[in-house]
Amino acid sequence: MIAKQTNQKAWFMVLPVFLVVAFSAVIPLMTVVNYSFQDTFGSNQFFWVGMTWFRDLIHSERFHDAFLRQIMFSSIILAIEIPLGIAIALTMPKKGWGVPVCLISMALPLLIPWNVVGTIWQIFGRVDIGLLGHTLASLGFDYNYTQDPVAAWLTIIIMDVWHWTSLVVLLAYAGLCSIPDAYYQAAKIDGASRLAVFRYIQLPKMQRVLLIAILLRFMDSFMIYTEPFVITGGGPGNSTTFMSIDLVKMAIGQFDLGPAAAMSLIYFLVILLLSYVFYTVMSNIGEESSNGGA
Amino acid sequence: MNLSWMAWTKPTATFFILIFCMLVAMTIWEMKSPGGAPRVGILRFETTRGDRLFVSLLGAAYIHILWLALFPGLALWWAFAIACVYAFCVFKWV
Repeated sequence: MIAKQTNQKAWFMVLPVFLVVAFSAVIPLMTVVNYSFQDTFGSNQFFWVGMTWFRDLIHSERFHDAFLRQIMFSSIILAIEIPLGIAIALTMPKKGWGVPVCLISMALPLLIPWNVVGTIWQIFGRVDIGLLGHTLASLGFDYNYTQDPVAAWLTIIIMDVWHWTSLVVLLAYAGLCSIPDAYYQAAKIDGASRLAVFRYIQLPKMQRVLLIAILLRFMDSFMIYTEPFVITGGGPGNSTTFMSIDLVKMAIGQFDLGPAAAMSLIYFLVILLLSYVFYTVMSNIGEESSNGGA
Repeated sequence: MNLSWMAWTKPTATFFILIFCMLVAMTIWEMKSPGGAPRVGILRFETTRGDRLFVSLLGAAYIHILWLALFPGLALWWAFAIACVYAFCVFKWV
């Protein structure tokens, strides 16, 4: 039970943040809602169309395909990056000179801007001049991400894993470092196996940071734009046209502001729902384990 | 004040005013009768009054979208009615 707060003055301290968020997020979002019910041909002239854009979008095959691609991409990314990040964090040293070396090498990919990462992998994967593309071609693999959808997907997934697994590693490592030695000593006395230590000590203690890692990686991968845009531009065909790429094509390429606003809102709702579900489920698991566990 | 850059219309303005009124009403409710402490409902997770409003609004958005997907020819007022019943249930049992 949370004690009731009697001093409400602290709310005034929140006021500046409230104003900044209103100015930078809430008011632009309101504009998007306004656009989603109207059509425009420029010159700041709008025509009320009601729910037309939402109705069209929900029944549009193009939207379904982009949505499925996005879900598939985020699922693959989470399925690879979370276990891999935990595995790397478990192998990292806890003391000695290896700690700063590992931490700095892990932090390096995170410091590179997204468009630079895209450019690096775009060149790296090229069959004519790229190290990866050329090597694979020399070994006899039919790898060409500009023509083959599977190669394009593989390139983008490996790039994302290269770029963002470090984030999961650093978070998981922080969780592991916060476990007191007494837990390991108790496990040793009980003769617990390595797997049992991981299952009953390390994993529960990492739960909260892993929740943050999953949320961050989910939201980020669900909104991915720059890297795939630089590498494949959404192609070959539409095979890597994720929702954000499709949205930009619609809003800026075709100047269909109304449909693009409707798509933005549905996109926003999906992210909101999935993040809320992830957060609630993970927090519940955390609560249960802290109530019933060590 | 020129709001034409935001492309305001009467229905969208009404929508946001209603949301704002809901937030004000929730604040007054909490001040008059405090009781927003977390509780565990039928979905087996802790919710405060604010959480229940959030779940109701998010659910209402999905109910309207689903209605458009399943019954594109029928009036949205039906979806609105379902969303109101849903919100009542969320506040009562979640």
